[in-house]
Amino acid sequence: MKIVVCIKQVPAKDAPLAIADGAWIREADIGFEMNEPDSFALEEALRLKEKHTGEVIAVSMGPERVKQTIKEALAKGADRAVHIADDKAHTLDPLGVAKSLAAAIEREKPDLVLTGLQSDDHGFGQTGVLLADRLGLPHATLIMQIGVEGDHLRVKRELEAGWFQWVELPLPAMLTIQSGINKVRYATLKGIMAAKKKEIATIARESLGVTHEPTQRIVRIYVPTKTKKTEFITGTPKEAAAKLLEKLRHEARVL
Amino acid sequence: MNILLITEQREGKWNKTCFETLAAAQQIANETKGRLAAVVIGKGVAALAVELAATKIDEVLHVEHDLLAAYTPDGYTLALQQAIAQAKPDLVLLPHTYQVRDFAPKLAASLGKGMIGDCIAYRHENGELIFVRQMFQGKSVADVLFEGTPPWFATFQAGAFRADLVAQGASKAPVTPVPVELNAAQIRTKPLEIFREAKQAVDLTQAPILVSVGRGIKAPENIPMAEKLARLLGGELAASRPICDEGWLPMDRQIGSSGQTVSPKLYLALGISGAIQHVVGMKGSRTIVAINKDQNAPIFEVADYGIVGDLFEIVPALTEELEKTKST
Repeated sequence: MKIVVCIKQVPAKDAPLAIADGAWIREADIGFEMNEPDSFALEEALRLKEKHTGEVIAVSMGPERVKQTIKEALAKGADRAVHIADDKAHTLDPLGVAKSLAAAIEREKPDLVLTGLQSDDHGFGQTGVLLADRLGLPHATLIMQIGVEGDHLRVKRELEAGWFQWVELPLPAMLTIQSGINKVRYATLKGIMAAKKKEIATIARESLGVTHEPTQRIVRIYVPTKTKKTEFITGTPKEAAAKLLEKLRHEARVL
Repeated sequence: MNILLITEQREGKWNKTCFETLAAAQQIANETKGRLAAVVIGKGVAALAVELAATKIDEVLHVEHDLLAAYTPDGYTLALQQAIAQAKPDLVLLPHTYQVRDFAPKLAASLGKGMIGDCIAYRHENGELIFVRQMFQGKSVADVLFEGTPPWFATFQAGAFRADLVAQGASKAPVTPVPVELNAAQIRTKPLEIFREAKQAVDLTQAPILVSVGRGIKAPENIPMAEKLARLLGGELAASRPICDEGWLPMDRQIGSSGQTVSPKLYLALGISGAIQHVVGMKGSRTIVAINKDQNAPIFEVADYGIVGDLFEIVPALTEELEKTKST
């Protein structure tokens, strides 16, 4: 089974974000990491390969720095990677992202394409579904379990409020993976060493021949204005605890 | 502006979020002096179409087909393309539900259009609609504009608008059947049974007080500390998704878009950053307290009281204070 997994590199969870030029963040001083939802998709790809044999190809788009995340995927067990190089990838709208990824992925003719459910930076949550559309593949989203049954998949899809649904779809197919589907592995030292020999094919995004007129534009990013006035309670932990309970009892009257 | 709302139902029951989006759609139609139509799609949904026609709306489009009995992304996309071709909207609005996430980007793309998803608000300025959505897990927000020609697609997050503000119509709106052509071969996915994993052991929606833990709790060994606080307050223990994903607490303790939606009188968030998916499940709480080491954590946006600090120091101090008052 040939599996393509799309992984995005995003600012680290604890990175202090400073807005630059109004429409993106200052990248200079912050760390980046693999988008957490995508790490579940990668893990699922690796498990499917281990069970059914095949190949896992990690695909990532962005500037040079995303190679670090690609190497992490290779160290965890992906067989090879494709890096779509574009310093301005963060300015693409969801459809522009999907068209670019699709152009690189269709050359691979995969049996299965996986992505996380959304990214922790833009949070568009559209890439997987749009990618399926561009590649002409059937899809299912928010998947919590994957069963391969011959030429089709039987997947468990999460609905809202604790409901699930079984869905069957023919291969080749595209799935977006729900976070928490599995326990993500750590890269081993052996894996890190092996990754050094693995292939990373770099393709410049402009060489993919993608034509795209943006469908939307982010005009401004800013820190949200508070809708609620938060009263911050200060002091030593003991003082703060006492003050908080006092407020909850006599001001909010909820205790 | 010509607006088309796409509603959502399953087995003849509304997904209530679509009434929030209806409230938004009515408001936009009003401000832009536009026309509002809504689609009811499925099989055996005539009664829902009639029900919707009682609201302040210009027309209800009733899309009915045997192949729409169960939701599939292919079936919905193909049918809604035909409804859109008939209605010719400038703006297509949908609630940001799991189902909408599954087909709406594809529907928009199939027409060569884009979608601005998961919006929390809009502004109507100088004749232009600006959509507001969160980024970086709610740490920042973005103003987004559509480019190119309509129709444009946008989805609104659960809780962004109030369903109780939906205006009723002076008279019933016309219900127009929209015949759609679909054949079974076009639908590639096969939806099977819908089920619940296990019976909900705890109904957090009934708890007056919730102590909820997030990533900041760091390890499963630290959960009893929060549990003790919940017990002393006479409340229940809850969690954000990552905690349940890790298996530190069962899934039925989860608050947020994939878990339970609660509105207790007191919600105490311990080490919860306040990602959108969590906040939509608890922002209706009467009083919200957040304890977090990061003063920029988005949870403070919705908190009434905040303590910036180490929960491993503050929670024991709280329990100690509570035990002291209990014993006197």
